Amino acid sequence: MDFSAINPVTLIASLIVASTPILLAALGELVVEKAGVLNLGVEGMMITGAIFGFAISVTVANPSLAPGLQPWLDPWMSPWMAPWLGMIGAAIGGAFMAFLFGLLTQYFLSNQVATGLALTLFGLGLSALLGQGYVGLKPPSFPKLDIPALTEIPYIGPMLLNHDYMVYVSLLLVLAVWYFLKFTRGGLVLRAVGENHDAAHAIGYNVTRIRLMAILFGGACAGLGGAYLSLVRVPQWTEGMTAGAGWIALALVVFASWKPWRLILGAYLFGGVTILQLNFQAVGVTIPAAYLSMAPYVVTILVLVIMSGDRSSAPASLGRVFHASH
Amino acid sequence: MTELLRIDGLTKAYPGVVANDDVSFVIQEGEVHALLGENGAGKSTLVKMIYGLVRPDSGSMTLSGTAYHPTEPKAARASGVAMVFQHFSLFDALTVAENITLGMENAPHRRELSEQIRSVSNAYKLPLDPNRIIGDLSVGERQRVEIIRCLLQHPKLLIMDEPTSVLTPQEVDILFETLHKLSDEGTAILYISHKLEEIRTLCDHATILRHGKVVDNCVPAEKTARKLAEMMVGEALHVPAKKNLHPGEVILEVANLNVKSKNPFGTSLKDINLVVRSGEVVGIGGVAGNGQDELLLALSGETPTRRDMVQVSGVDVGDLNPNERRELGLLTAPEERLGHAAAPDMSLTENAMLTGNVRQKLSNGGFLRWASARGFARAIVQQFDVRTPGIGNSARSLSGGNLQKFVIGREVLQNPRVLVVNQPTWGVDAAAAAAIRQALMNLAEEGAAVVIVSQDLDELLEVSDRLAILNEGHLTHPEETAELSMDDIGLMMGGIESGSEATHVSA
Repeated sequence: MDFSAINPVTLIASLIVASTPILLAALGELVVEKAGVLNLGVEGMMITGAIFGFAISVTVANPSLAPGLQPWLDPWMSPWMAPWLGMIGAAIGGAFMAFLFGLLTQYFLSNQVATGLALTLFGLGLSALLGQGYVGLKPPSFPKLDIPALTEIPYIGPMLLNHDYMVYVSLLLVLAVWYFLKFTRGGLVLRAVGENHDAAHAIGYNVTRIRLMAILFGGACAGLGGAYLSLVRVPQWTEGMTAGAGWIALALVVFASWKPWRLILGAYLFGGVTILQLNFQAVGVTIPAAYLSMAPYVVTILVLVIMSGDRSSAPASLGRVFHASH
Repeated sequence: MTELLRIDGLTKAYPGVVANDDVSFVIQEGEVHALLGENGAGKSTLVKMIYGLVRPDSGSMTLSGTAYHPTEPKAARASGVAMVFQHFSLFDALTVAENITLGMENAPHRRELSEQIRSVSNAYKLPLDPNRIIGDLSVGERQRVEIIRCLLQHPKLLIMDEPTSVLTPQEVDILFETLHKLSDEGTAILYISHKLEEIRTLCDHATILRHGKVVDNCVPAEKTARKLAEMMVGEALHVPAKKNLHPGEVILEVANLNVKSKNPFGTSLKDINLVVRSGEVVGIGGVAGNGQDELLLALSGETPTRRDMVQVSGVDVGDLNPNERRELGLLTAPEERLGHAAAPDMSLTENAMLTGNVRQKLSNGGFLRWASARGFARAIVQQFDVRTPGIGNSARSLSGGNLQKFVIGREVLQNPRVLVVNQPTWGVDAAAAAAIRQALMNLAEEGAAVVIVSQDLDELLEVSDRLAILNEGHLTHPEETAELSMDDIGLMMGGIESGSEATHVSA
């Protein structure tokens, strides 16, 4: 065993990358649940986003893959636009899946749990189908924050200031969601709808429309999370590559007590222990690998359970079907 | 006085029922106008149309001389119409200020709003801290939040749907003071209530609805409460007749009952002593949240207690479960109809089976006896005039009053030795309430011991032989009802802001 082989700088840098997909997906689900909707289809929306993002990104970067599209793609623009178009496409793909969920649960009043589970299965199948031609391809690399003065700061630079842009986008998104929920009227209305949909309706808010918007936002975030996996973290397309990340995101929302800042803590903790245990395995620690693989789940749940010991803040209308009966 | 709102020929039909049929009346500026009617007479639909929640099929409204047809509550609020809901439209996890913001157009900035809330709450003597969480407030305080939310928008017309059903007599007085002040300032108030005495003291004018039509209007102070009830029902009202009873042996005895509440916001019971004899009705008054639910749970067996704390005919039952208590003749009917007394999505037959199984022998060796259960359900429906298309309908499909008749009837027909009911007539119209009270009194006459827990003091004075008050988990000594005045009861309720006299006129 040689622990000196574990480099703390690489460790932190890679834990941030490992955590970002979960953070994005969990952030979307947090908004959805704050509006009183439980969408268990995060995994399905993530993987749909992963293949949408991957396919678009790869196609834009190599126009030869799609001869029909060539006239539309400016060869000079394509290389730097490809990753971003992929991300936007992933958000749209995730939102499309979420729209199906919203339509079924909000307008046809189907059961949210069953519909969410079906969405996960549907997403896994759909992405496998769409992804058939993309196995083994390599996506264009994602642009990185690369300001020499910052990157060269010892330790801090390589750890925090030399990541791809999506890492910073995800953190800004957490900030934006926190600010929206806490300080804006729109956020207050959204929380109110999740708290007591009958009262919100009586005061005159359109519960169904507000919830649908939240669901779409949740889908877009899950899509971004999925695309981050296929475009940045892995980066390639494999069937079923989300491998349960969507379920972790769902659990994080609950254990973070529906607070955006705690999501960062939970996601980074989970990502951190995951990376750490991989390093341990590589170094050859004598603990059986099964226990090490278990560690991220156990540690994350323990820490967040201890932290969520304060007054539980689950939205009171979470998962309840709303029907405007006069 | 000038005309504020003219309603002209409003009609609204739902599949199978005409909720409002050609309804017309006028509200003057600064007038307190009562809207009277039984459950299902169309009052709610009418006010929802005025508040823009429901669109009329035909007819028109005119507000201050201009055509008024709100398509959503925002439009109604912008025109100066505000509403205080019966089941409050508040959000438990949010603060007072956030709740008020949600119901306002162009809400000012947080700090300014807090200032406004403070100044309005002082002006109308309705103290309220903008930063408190709604979940921590009492029912009366929650209503203040709703009222202040309305007042901040300077409404021309304030609609109040059953505002006093959850208040103590003292809180009612404070509310009436506020309403008088508002009406002096020129605000019109449209007031819906089942409590006819209140309407007589408060309202200048009343419009009476029956089956969706305006059937009459009057000046309430000129009529007796009984006459008003008859105008609503459309027939002579049968007032429960009280017989001279001779209480027999002790059936229910509660001794030093101490129960810790399971609900973190609940009230624990402290040293409760109560003796109820055969043939006697004992009323338990007091404001909700003072231990009523806990008392009912302890008596029904949902919360087990020490063995000797509850006795039925000398047998200790404190540690028995509800079915074991039913076998001994102790039956209960909890307050919440849907979800506690009845399973909403199960049929009336199945609901009859749920509590009737033991005493009516509706199962045999674990197998259900459907024929007997249907017979029992049918008997309840017939004898208690439950209006439903059939016993196969779900409990949820019944109106509140009808379901309440079913729930009470189910227990009464099991021939109990002790029956404990909580809020037997809450939200039930006059005719159904009279029928329920009569059934309870008949039951006592046949030799059962009856305990009625209620917030409606008029009801308790009418029905009960002895009356005790539950206050912060303590039960006062039961006094003979005939010898009590409203003032005595006010004193029994204790713990009340001093100096506010009961202006309630007893019926």
